[in-house]
Amino acid sequence: MRSYVPAYELQAPRDLSDVLERMTREPAVWKPFAGGTDLMVLLEAGKLPHRRFLSIWKLAELRGIEETPTYVTLGALTTYTDLRRNEVLAREFPLLCRAAAETGSVATQNRGTLGGNIANASPAADSPPALLVYEAALELVSAGGSRWVPYHGFWTGYKQTGLRADELICRIRLPRATHGWRQYYRKVGTRRAQAISKVCFAAAARIDAGRIADARIVLGSVAPTVLRAIETEKALRGEKLTPASLRAAQEVLALEIAPIDDMRSTARYRRRVALNLLAEFCEMLSA
Amino acid sequence: MPESRIIGTSVPRKEGREKVTGRARYVDDLSFPGMLYGTTVRSSKPRGRIRAIHFGPAVPWTEFTIVTAKDIPGKNCIALLIEDQPCLADEFVNHPEEAIVLLAHPDKYLLEEARRAVRIEIESLPAVFTIEDSLARKQVIWGEDNIFKSFHVEKGDVDAAWGAAEFLVEGDYETGAQEQLYIEPQGMIAQANPTDGVTVWGSLQCPYYVHKALVRLFGLQRDRIRVVQTETGGGFGGKEEYPSMLAGHAALLAWKSGKPIKMIYDRAEDMVATTKRHPSRTHHKTAVTRDGKLLAMEIDFTVDGGAYLTLSPVVLSRGTIHAAGPYNCPNVRIRSRAVATNMPPHGAFRGFGAPQSVFALERHLDRVAEVVGLPPEELRRRNFIHEGQTLAVHQVIRETVQMDRLMDRALELSGYHAKRQRFQEENPPNIIKRGIGFAAFLHGAGFTGSGEEYLASEAALDLTPEGRVRVFAGSTEMGQGTNTVFAQIVAETLGLGIDRIEIMQPDTAMVPNSGPTVASRTTMIVGKLVESAAHAVQKSLFDGGFLRPGYNADDFASACDKYIAKFGPLQSLIKYEHPADLHWDDATYTGDAYGAYAWAIYVAEVSVDTRTAEVRVEDFVAVQEVGKVINPVLAAGQIEGGVAQGIGFALYENVVWQEGRMSNGQMTNYIMPTSMDVPPIRVFFEEIPYARGPAGAKGIGELPLDGTAPAIANAIANATGTNVTRIPVTPEVLLEMLEGVHA
Amino acid sequence: MPDSREPDAHARARKIRVHCEINGRATTLETYPMARLLDVLREQPGLTGTKEGCGEGECGACAVELDGALVNSCLVPAMQAVGAKIRTIEGVAGGNSPLRGEPLHDGQLSAIQQAFLTHGGAQCGICTPGMILAATNLLERNPQPSDAQIREGLAGNLCRCTGYTKIFESVVAACRATRPHAEPRR
Repeated sequence: MRSYVPAYELQAPRDLSDVLERMTREPAVWKPFAGGTDLMVLLEAGKLPHRRFLSIWKLAELRGIEETPTYVTLGALTTYTDLRRNEVLAREFPLLCRAAAETGSVATQNRGTLGGNIANASPAADSPPALLVYEAALELVSAGGSRWVPYHGFWTGYKQTGLRADELICRIRLPRATHGWRQYYRKVGTRRAQAISKVCFAAAARIDAGRIADARIVLGSVAPTVLRAIETEKALRGEKLTPASLRAAQEVLALEIAPIDDMRSTARYRRRVALNLLAEFCEMLSA
Repeated sequence: MPESRIIGTSVPRKEGREKVTGRARYVDDLSFPGMLYGTTVRSSKPRGRIRAIHFGPAVPWTEFTIVTAKDIPGKNCIALLIEDQPCLADEFVNHPEEAIVLLAHPDKYLLEEARRAVRIEIESLPAVFTIEDSLARKQVIWGEDNIFKSFHVEKGDVDAAWGAAEFLVEGDYETGAQEQLYIEPQGMIAQANPTDGVTVWGSLQCPYYVHKALVRLFGLQRDRIRVVQTETGGGFGGKEEYPSMLAGHAALLAWKSGKPIKMIYDRAEDMVATTKRHPSRTHHKTAVTRDGKLLAMEIDFTVDGGAYLTLSPVVLSRGTIHAAGPYNCPNVRIRSRAVATNMPPHGAFRGFGAPQSVFALERHLDRVAEVVGLPPEELRRRNFIHEGQTLAVHQVIRETVQMDRLMDRALELSGYHAKRQRFQEENPPNIIKRGIGFAAFLHGAGFTGSGEEYLASEAALDLTPEGRVRVFAGSTEMGQGTNTVFAQIVAETLGLGIDRIEIMQPDTAMVPNSGPTVASRTTMIVGKLVESAAHAVQKSLFDGGFLRPGYNADDFASACDKYIAKFGPLQSLIKYEHPADLHWDDATYTGDAYGAYAWAIYVAEVSVDTRTAEVRVEDFVAVQEVGKVINPVLAAGQIEGGVAQGIGFALYENVVWQEGRMSNGQMTNYIMPTSMDVPPIRVFFEEIPYARGPAGAKGIGELPLDGTAPAIANAIANATGTNVTRIPVTPEVLLEMLEGVHA
Repeated sequence: MPDSREPDAHARARKIRVHCEINGRATTLETYPMARLLDVLREQPGLTGTKEGCGEGECGACAVELDGALVNSCLVPAMQAVGAKIRTIEGVAGGNSPLRGEPLHDGQLSAIQQAFLTHGGAQCGICTPGMILAATNLLERNPQPSDAQIREGLAGNLCRCTGYTKIFESVVAACRATRPHAEPRR
């Protein structure tokens, strides 16, 4: 344990409005603490400079999975275990369930939350690529009210988001518009379980008369943020699935991503694998 | 031979109940009144001169015990083979994790703050991080020439053979560092003061190694130092020599503070600061006839020992002796050396030099087979050594060797030929390429050559008036089954139930020096001493007329009672006697290297996803001849666990070095296999009883580390057509090779 | 951002009292809110069975059940254990929620513990408490898991000694012991 644990405060608020009120009254002093699977690792490593936290783990307002005809809405405290157990998600949003199943281990899945994952904003996170494919929207609440923002664009830089100091992620909304889309998810990690991703590829496409009518392609671990490969999508949109169109799309993808060398992998590997996974995705579409 | 009653049965582990209920007590589970926590302040530079030590503000330093090299009562060294490694760096540092200052305080949180507040000013000196730079003597950082040790073995006339060969095959092979990654980090508790002496309790494999080091460090008489092994959560060699350092640190803090000291490493410190497997480089040059007969082997083998000598000469020794494998080759030259670099010293890890040289050999022989145009198994068969022939170090094989038979069995059990055929047909259009490969190898049990003689191990036994047996040995249990196997040997010999046998905790105040718990020697060498000790007390009872053959447990108890009442303690102490027919010449490094070998063929089946270059081990067959298997479940457990470590060695475990420092020192970034990365490992034993082993047993602990990685490398080569010459075969490396193949 | 070298760097948060239930017994822990549940448990008399292997939630040696869910206790701050029902390895033998819901006699080993003994599921034993918690939790959720489900359920528990083979065999044996006539899994 490389942090001075006694200096850390972790308090239990009465309810959500109590949390929001304190975050407004003392801006940037209090930060939310959910399941702790990211923050406690930082604490252990001596890399958690922030000292004052409010435990939101028990807040009922942030839990639950709701369905309407148009949306499935997930409370920010939805855990990976919750995601894996939900039948609607398994049917309509399988990529998110896949991502949850490949995150950490059973013990991590019981405590890790979607909201925490989004707030942590690691480019190597497993669920955000799926959320971006599904064009998720986030509800951000503060003492002053709430606002919905598209998840796409929420990421502003490496481990940075558009979340304001007095805001909390409250809900994640997924439009139930996946019918007819072919979906693909692959995480290439350091091993089969409990792995940080080297490349993560989440994609979906609608095929119409042998052509790609629409495509969504999102990659993790190949840029400072999880990346929606807009240019690559454009390169594929309207195209027939041929080796030539695949090659052309791969060329675009190669330039659209910005992988680096780090202790887990190399830029070269990540780039090549990203291109290969695009090929695998297209192959799946052809089948 | 009479039927065994307990030998050969899978008696549950002696301390199993404690382990499955969470009642087993490891060092961090112990607590002493008034105990302080200890921590280590380490170098920030790989090589340099210490200029100053600054203690930062905002820390109540008067509450702390502070120890530096000046506080060492005896000699500032960790005594092992030699005394070159300081316990605490004094003027110079030679690696980036070298310990300089020790701190203790009752509050473990404040202690960590204090550690971070100590700043050590070091004037950098140029450092050396690679074998190449060390050999080139870019800087001389150790001795005269950076060479800890070298060996030169000659058999026959290698130079004459080159001309006579139809084929000459050369290759270069590399293995990386590997972290032992026992799940229980290193830890020690110490109590020490000039009046009572020094006592340490801790996670360790070799209580007498620690004892010897503390004697030197404190300059005390041997009976003033006491070392006690606590339940140890894995060792694999990583707790062979390093615990002496940690014990020294804890004891120095205890000595200065007058309080008990607990020092437990967290995972990050354990990974970066303690020993790892020696990285290696091997060059093979092989002359072979058209018929695939080995004519000559020239092997150049180098290991990186890190900053201090520690055990490098012995790692080099074992690596050298195993470098030419289980083959009959008339002409062999092996030149080997261990070199110094400015990295934390490398040390013992299961296999101890052999996994490195065997990887090179078995990968190389598959290449040789390719060049000659023979199937790899055929090349091996034409060269396997037989009884009466000699190994590279001139050892005449005097035991039955059945490598051919093991090969038959391994290939059959793995479905090798059918798979090889099928994969060849199915691979070309497939993204997932499959392959199957094997390794043939041997592993010598016990210390090399005169080593066991030098160790002069002892084991003892006594009986209570109730007829319970107590076994006293310095051998430690760390999961491999020492307690259970010793108990089985004694129970079998004396005809008692296993619950009547107690294995005493390894405590240097109580048990004799049975040598270190390493080198696959515990069952074979020490188990034999224990068996002899049991025979000795039985003989005393028979000879004294207290007992007659055919006795039962009650008779035995009654006999013990009567004997003790009449004569006093009923005990025996057996000392190792080196077999008269084993001769070893240290000067030429030839002779009878080991008393016995285990022989093995391992077969690995892999699938390679060519899109991501991820390798998956799909099936693994491990066939070995190991003498008598004393406990089948424990023995299979050793092989299975070793194979899993070998899978890590081959595919996943990559130490990322930055200026001599391990930069991926967390379990998130140093990857060992999970349950999803390991296939069912299928283990098969053949048993040719070894006359000098207890109940005929040989040693097996290290064996699986030798053959697993080369079998996997050969399977990858088979699957992809790439020439794998380096492990770990990470996807990053393999992807480049795959692209090279298709370019 | 507070710097640890500032004068008030070592100001302490107030200790809190954590009322919870450990292995069926009501307990009050007094500790810092951010102290790891792992440390707080291990400081309690007789509860050193939960182990630290990595401190980063990777090895699972610290696994306990928190309100019925398997968690890595090195990643749970003590404050979040307020009002929780916790089961550690010490609560498995003679414990209250074994397979089939039948209570065990005090000290009686569970089917999983017994299987680990018979089949060699424990070698050095340091991963064993977490492994048994994970296996127990798995079988209570899914009494007849497939091979793949067993491997996945235990994937968060690292073992360096066994290569997982005999751990796997132990869990399979425990399943058979509790449902000897069940359909074979796949």
